[in-house]
Amino acid sequence: MKFNRRTVLRGLMGGGVVSVGLPVFDCFLNGNGTAWADTGQALPPVFGTWFQHLGLNPGMWEPKTTGPGYENNIQLKLLDPYRERINIYSGMKYFIEGRPLQTHTTTAQIATTGAIPFGTDGGPSVDAKIAEQISARKRFRSLEVNLSGSRKSYSQRSGTSLNPSEGSPAALYKRVFGPEFKDPNAATFEPDPLAMARQSVLSNVSEHLNQVRRELGAADKARLDEYLTSIRQIEQQLVIELEKPAPLPACHVPGEMHEATPGTVLEDAAANAQLFARMLGYAAACGQTQVFNVMVDSMNLRKAGSAYTWHMATHEESVDEALGYQKDVFEFNTWANQVFLNFIASLDAVKEGPGTLLDRTLILWQTDHGDARVHSLEKMPILTVGSGGGRIKTGIHVAAPGDPVTRVSLTVMQALGVPLNQWGERGNNTSRTITEVVA
Amino acid sequence: MNRPMGRYVLGVTCLVAVAGLLGMAVFSVSRAATPTVEYETPVRRLTPAQYTSIIADVFGPAITIGGRFEPGFRVDGLLEVGAGDANISPSGMEQYDIIARSIAAQVMDERRRELLVRCQPQALTAPDDACAGSFLAEVGELLFRRPLNDRELRMHVTSAREAASRLDDFYAGLGLSLAAMLTEPQFLFRREELEPDPTRPGEMRIDAYAKASRLSFFLWNSGPDRALLAAAKNGDLNTDDGLAQQVTRMLASPRLEDGLRAFFADMMHFEDFANLTKDNAIYPKFSNQVAEDAQEQTLRTIIDTVWREGRDYRDIFTTKETHLTRALAAIYQVPLATRVPNGAPEKWLPYTFDENDPRAGVLMQVAFVTLHSHPGRSSPTLRGKALREIFLCQKVPAPPGDVNFTIVQDTSNPVHKTARERLAAHAENPVCVGCHKITDPMGLALENFDGGGSYRTRENGVPLNTSGELDGVAFTDGTGLGRAVAGNAAAPACLVDRMTAYALGRTPTRNESSAWISSIKTGFAQDAYRVPALMRRIVTEPAFYRVPSIDNTTRAALSAPAISQEEGSR
Repeated sequence: MKFNRRTVLRGLMGGGVVSVGLPVFDCFLNGNGTAWADTGQALPPVFGTWFQHLGLNPGMWEPKTTGPGYENNIQLKLLDPYRERINIYSGMKYFIEGRPLQTHTTTAQIATTGAIPFGTDGGPSVDAKIAEQISARKRFRSLEVNLSGSRKSYSQRSGTSLNPSEGSPAALYKRVFGPEFKDPNAATFEPDPLAMARQSVLSNVSEHLNQVRRELGAADKARLDEYLTSIRQIEQQLVIELEKPAPLPACHVPGEMHEATPGTVLEDAAANAQLFARMLGYAAACGQTQVFNVMVDSMNLRKAGSAYTWHMATHEESVDEALGYQKDVFEFNTWANQVFLNFIASLDAVKEGPGTLLDRTLILWQTDHGDARVHSLEKMPILTVGSGGGRIKTGIHVAAPGDPVTRVSLTVMQALGVPLNQWGERGNNTSRTITEVVA
Repeated sequence: MNRPMGRYVLGVTCLVAVAGLLGMAVFSVSRAATPTVEYETPVRRLTPAQYTSIIADVFGPAITIGGRFEPGFRVDGLLEVGAGDANISPSGMEQYDIIARSIAAQVMDERRRELLVRCQPQALTAPDDACAGSFLAEVGELLFRRPLNDRELRMHVTSAREAASRLDDFYAGLGLSLAAMLTEPQFLFRREELEPDPTRPGEMRIDAYAKASRLSFFLWNSGPDRALLAAAKNGDLNTDDGLAQQVTRMLASPRLEDGLRAFFADMMHFEDFANLTKDNAIYPKFSNQVAEDAQEQTLRTIIDTVWREGRDYRDIFTTKETHLTRALAAIYQVPLATRVPNGAPEKWLPYTFDENDPRAGVLMQVAFVTLHSHPGRSSPTLRGKALREIFLCQKVPAPPGDVNFTIVQDTSNPVHKTARERLAAHAENPVCVGCHKITDPMGLALENFDGGGSYRTRENGVPLNTSGELDGVAFTDGTGLGRAVAGNAAAPACLVDRMTAYALGRTPTRNESSAWISSIKTGFAQDAYRVPALMRRIVTEPAFYRVPSIDNTTRAALSAPAISQEEGSR
């Protein structure tokens, strides 16, 4: 059977619905749909981060009970459909130990790198460590997106090598599914002579730089090495372009992506989130990457026509005496939770055998302040979604009052095979994983 | 973690030059037992403007740059200092690769190549090493800002040959070799080579080509032109006369405007305009066009004052003269009569504010007051902080954790109707009062200008009190604040500090600050604060080209460098 995928998908895109993937060629999969029939190799895990500034409303999100079978508190009620696949971690904190607090930034650095850098001396972020492990041989080590159109991102290989976000879904589409994309399910394959010529030029350059490298001092070597790692990504892309890809039945090439409105208004950011979710789902299903990072630039988000940004609301809105929380902030959070829910649902809509892409995905949700109103450093909400293909247990609420947040990062990294037995620096250092969720 | 700068290690007692980094000469430790001295000099990533300008210089301004550059980050107040720490991420590399191949394709386009590739290949469908070599050597020298060494040239000619054979196309092969050059670190990074300083035995200075680059990037925000490279090659740049001759030529060139614009846009954080949003319901006159015009207006005001008219730098805080477009005139509420045909770009017209007009100087211009405000209202704190940090080089601490801001600027508060009243209420908290004392008295003087840049005399119906003081000088409004800043000794000193850091690409060491930079400050005053004269002083100062060794590279800044990728607003 042959059908026109582009036509089918274009219809779905235009509809703006959380899309459903096309029928899967189940015959390629083993009985459980978790591995390829011919090789028996399990589908690889996918890791994603979701970073959202400004926390959640204190007291409104923590489940009353710990362990499995928790019941969602009012703020996270929305996530009920995926409760069995979500872990909630409460009570953990950031340690700044007398270092100056650059509010919203210092804590994000701890969340993502486990440490507070001096200047640009930062280390790799959690996603970069994981990408090195599971995605280094993919066409893209990782893909970063920002819902508000800016390039801001917390993903970095080091403090001097940041991975900027893609702010436009159309640009992401072009990058992933442009002319250099090789459809793994295409019937025929012909290596492109231009790619072959580029490969030979690039190999001359690499060889030359490696020769130069041998003559360098240690510090210069380190700097050049960072550069060479980036060059290797281009080489890697050419290798992939020149090889006939292994078929991936769940991979469907999406139709043309129209430019969305980037911006700081909630509706625009939500629309971008939907488009990005679909692109990232396709990119993962098509084997283009196994790591993605989503940045919700919450600080500057606002309702259309309103002066107040979410950030201003957290600091300036009074706590409603009857309700016991900041009402507008609660609304912002509810909006974000809905957007997050749609994002998860979108990955869950990519069918792979009897299951979905979400089954092999693990998402780490983090934020900067427990109570953004006062820039508090404790009682941080953290979520993980999915098991990464059975690599962690799910549906559990873990309360770890006073522990460093890095316990969750370490657990996630270990689950995805990063060879580390500790993570973080000083007060944020830990060697204790969250044993309750270790599979 | 890596040190952010390129480091040279040199045996004190014995120097052995070896073939070095990226094909250039570098000095390395000769014997393990020898005591070593280390030198630091930044390896700067080209800014998007510098990249674009070099391409225009080498291949003409018609070449379009199709791709996105990696965002920069600010260290110690400057992107140009942050550039010394910046590396290239894998996704950034992808973009550089896309940009490079698009440039190469345009250069090799049938319509352009006759002009840009000056030799004729023997056949269109086969490699031609001689022609490829002459093109790559000529273009390579401009792109790498020094002649290619044999190894580099050989590698690029080989690449062009192999690619041409594979594609049966001479120009396509040459294009791929050129594209490779444009993604190589020798092009994308500005690395300064060192050599022993003959005037100070045992000490190091940057070499003549690095000197040429420093001059051209500082003064013109682009790579060195052929004349400057020739002066580096023949040794002229290492003589006082030869250097002075080049400096005079460069300062007299209209390209100095590019250098001044790049410096002031960096100093004033104009890249933050990319992320600036204003609430349309509250500021209907503010648009993307206004944001662009506002930056241009402030740059024009500064360039006119300090360069075209050759006035005192401090006049930028008090000048009544500026340029306006109709969009800006609407915000300034002044009449501006121009006729622009439909679709034509807006005209810039010179404009002088009336003696009684409340506006004077750059602090009251739309760019400054809107960039340092919230989306829907003004912020005395943000403005005061920006003024201190940008124009006086003073650091204002970030707010501490666990502080409640609710009262600060609740504009609908029935009791505290103006920002001054709200801040006073907030300042009852002893934790907050210290920092707000540093920022608010100056910021409040600008309260006549709302978050969208328009003039007002009342907030929520209550008349504004715009009095304040700066380091003991009292004033009653924004123009008074402008005069106080102009009269503050920290303002010209700050310009010297920023400009030297910008030209060096790093924060000067403590020794440098107390020695030559301090005397340049004295000289700046003697020159009646003329900026081109200051630039001349910096680039003709021999110490500017010396490279401090690590022992005395204690940073002038007392704390860890302040870094921000994108500053959160408060």
